[in-house]
Amino acid sequence: MSAIAAPGAGDGRRHRGINLEKWGWIAMRASGVVLVVLIFGHLFVNLVAGEGVNAIDFAFVAGKWADPFWVVWDTLLLWLALIHGANGMRTIINDYATRPALRRTLLTGLGIAVAILLVLGTLVIYTFDPCPAASLADPALSELLPDFCFAR
Amino acid sequence: MGTTTLAANANPRKMGGTLYRGREGMWGWVLHRITGVAIFFFLLVHILDTALVRVSPEAYNAVIGAYKTPIMGLGEIALVGAIGFHALNGLRIILIDFWSKGAKYQRAMFWIVIVLWAVLMLGFLPRQLMHIFGGA
Repeated sequence: MSAIAAPGAGDGRRHRGINLEKWGWIAMRASGVVLVVLIFGHLFVNLVAGEGVNAIDFAFVAGKWADPFWVVWDTLLLWLALIHGANGMRTIINDYATRPALRRTLLTGLGIAVAILLVLGTLVIYTFDPCPAASLADPALSELLPDFCFAR
Repeated sequence: MGTTTLAANANPRKMGGTLYRGREGMWGWVLHRITGVAIFFFLLVHILDTALVRVSPEAYNAVIGAYKTPIMGLGEIALVGAIGFHALNGLRIILIDFWSKGAKYQRAMFWIVIVLWAVLMLGFLPRQLMHIFGGA
């Protein structure tokens, strides 16, 4: 059994520049504290308040995103949760995927998936149309829209 | 437990002096990993299902309708349970890292996490069961 070096002893090499692992460690804790507030707020409004999950439909989402408060809330939730989760998954991949080729493949896949979902999620929030023309034109489909689509 | 032991323990069967090997410290770490991975995969699906609001109102309503079934309602209880533990234990980790007495009280804090988690679930369960099976 090999001896384990004392914490803080370093590996004998000189390191320059930004210590990304240190900032990742700090970011996990900082985003974690913010996410506790964001996610419990999200869960309370969507699952506990009013009719809970039964109230969620297109009009419910449209009503929330008509308020800039929830747009900012959900954008922060998307970015912080995905980056926090991806960094956690990176830690787990590094712990268990010992074969270099497998590790590289998993880390690349994780990076691609997270990048796509960040772009997709952000575009969905900021290009959202609460009153799509195709639904307004069809009497059956227009019932699914929020009331403010018909206010004049 | 007392002082934190960095050197190998004199008695290998007694591992109480370490933070992450054996007992509450290790099980907190294991549960944090398992709940974290589960929440991550739910998050991937949840971003995709929410993205359907950009496809059409009927596409979104059809998929979100699946979340209102009893089986998914029970799944939401598991999800809230996983998130609740991960959040509370995450705060415990932050206290271990930044509070000068954090490592000393890590085991007690694990049980505080379990108690707070139980209170949280006792608050959420009746509400959720009412929503799933009707009544309110």
